[in-house]
Amino acid sequence: MESPLDLTPKKFDYYEPTSLNEAIQLLETKEEAKVMAGGQSLLALMKLRLAAPKSIVDITKLEGLSYIKEENGYLAIGALTIHDMIELSPVIKEKYTLLSDAASKIGDQQIRNRGTIGGSACHADPAADLPTALVAADASFVAQGPKGQRIIPSGDFFVDIFTPALEHDEVLTEIRLPNSPPHSASGYIKHSRREGDFAITSCGVVLTTGRGNTCEDVRIALGSVASTPLRFMNAENYLRGKALDDKTIIEASNQKPEGANPPSDMHGSKEYRMEMIKVFTKRSLKLALGRVK
Amino acid sequence: MQSLSQTNQGTVTCTINGKKYSGMCEPRTLLVHFIRDDLNLTGTHIGCDTGHCGACTIMFNGKSLKSCMLLAVQAQGANILTVEGLAKGDKLHPIQEAYWENHGLQCGYCTPGMLISSLFLLERNPDPTEEEIRRGIEGNLCRCTGYVNIVKSIKAAAKKMQEEKAAGKKS
Repeated sequence: MESPLDLTPKKFDYYEPTSLNEAIQLLETKEEAKVMAGGQSLLALMKLRLAAPKSIVDITKLEGLSYIKEENGYLAIGALTIHDMIELSPVIKEKYTLLSDAASKIGDQQIRNRGTIGGSACHADPAADLPTALVAADASFVAQGPKGQRIIPSGDFFVDIFTPALEHDEVLTEIRLPNSPPHSASGYIKHSRREGDFAITSCGVVLTTGRGNTCEDVRIALGSVASTPLRFMNAENYLRGKALDDKTIIEASNQKPEGANPPSDMHGSKEYRMEMIKVFTKRSLKLALGRVK
Repeated sequence: MQSLSQTNQGTVTCTINGKKYSGMCEPRTLLVHFIRDDLNLTGTHIGCDTGHCGACTIMFNGKSLKSCMLLAVQAQGANILTVEGLAKGDKLHPIQEAYWENHGLQCGYCTPGMLISSLFLLERNPDPTEEEIRRGIEGNLCRCTGYVNIVKSIKAAAKKMQEEKAAGKKS
């Protein structure tokens, strides 16, 4: 029985394909079909009726899409890899540290036990942790559709709030992180009032140092300040080629974050968030710099 | 492929606390409602329905999950442990004993979920620090704010479980 107090999703048709091809076919043919991959964001939206897809294609049990593999020049992460596995992976902790930082900050243990990296990427919430970290890490996204496979670069994947660059009949199957050169390190810090909340502001950094502690290359991404994760280009441009010290790091953090237009809500005003961009860019840069070996 | 249209009732068969259960549900039925209302296992609680409070936490194929954040149809073939499965007859689980002895519950509403989260934590990390314990129960809200004694209980449970394990090895 459905009591009026229950938060129950609207009615939908449920499909549980046993292969990727079957999933793609279902997405092609079924009306308003949506992929579920862990469901820790989607089901919450469906219960609140903010989302009411007519069909659910549940790929949670699809085999062969949960893995972390070192390939030639990049790390391949299967789309159904859960956050908990990413947080604990020794290779991610060592070489792609910002990703384990980010995964460890998602929701809570129960959510990390079910939520997937592919699901989080496709949900494309700018306040979520993994999308921001993935943009900083220059990840690319492997999508499989009826016409075959294509690879979407990180700069193109997040189109708008809750909108990834996927066609309605495409499934994200893998996320690839390029290897960093020697003397690189990364970090991700999230600012939230309570553990596990969505970010008020977050910042992911991947830093490569050269001789004399100069900044050879840097990528900085900000979360929760625009409709997608936002590259902090002015700070990156300022830092490249400069010696990395407290002064240059503060100077970089104080650059104008082009495109930042954070919302004002109960978690913080726009002005406050703009100020926090500076603080958390600075802290994330220092965190990454401290990790360079 | 398993498929189920919106108004149709499908059969879900799963193992809960070592016993096979079967029931009928629509695709949109949440697992927690299925467990409580259809299978009558009301030990698993609903505190919020929005995935925040953790009162509905169950062990699902060895992982702690919130059963309000799963569909009942997704439990087809699953192996589930709920709070009813912790005690062996009249003998409480060491985690339950530790909560009892350390006043780890006040109103008791969050306790079923708290116990399962404690179990997941201690299975993975038999000797957690206070910080690790607090992080482990981050997804479980105690509205009585009885966290100090809950943390104390989990520490005591860790000790009990280690002692039991050591005793088991000797005998």
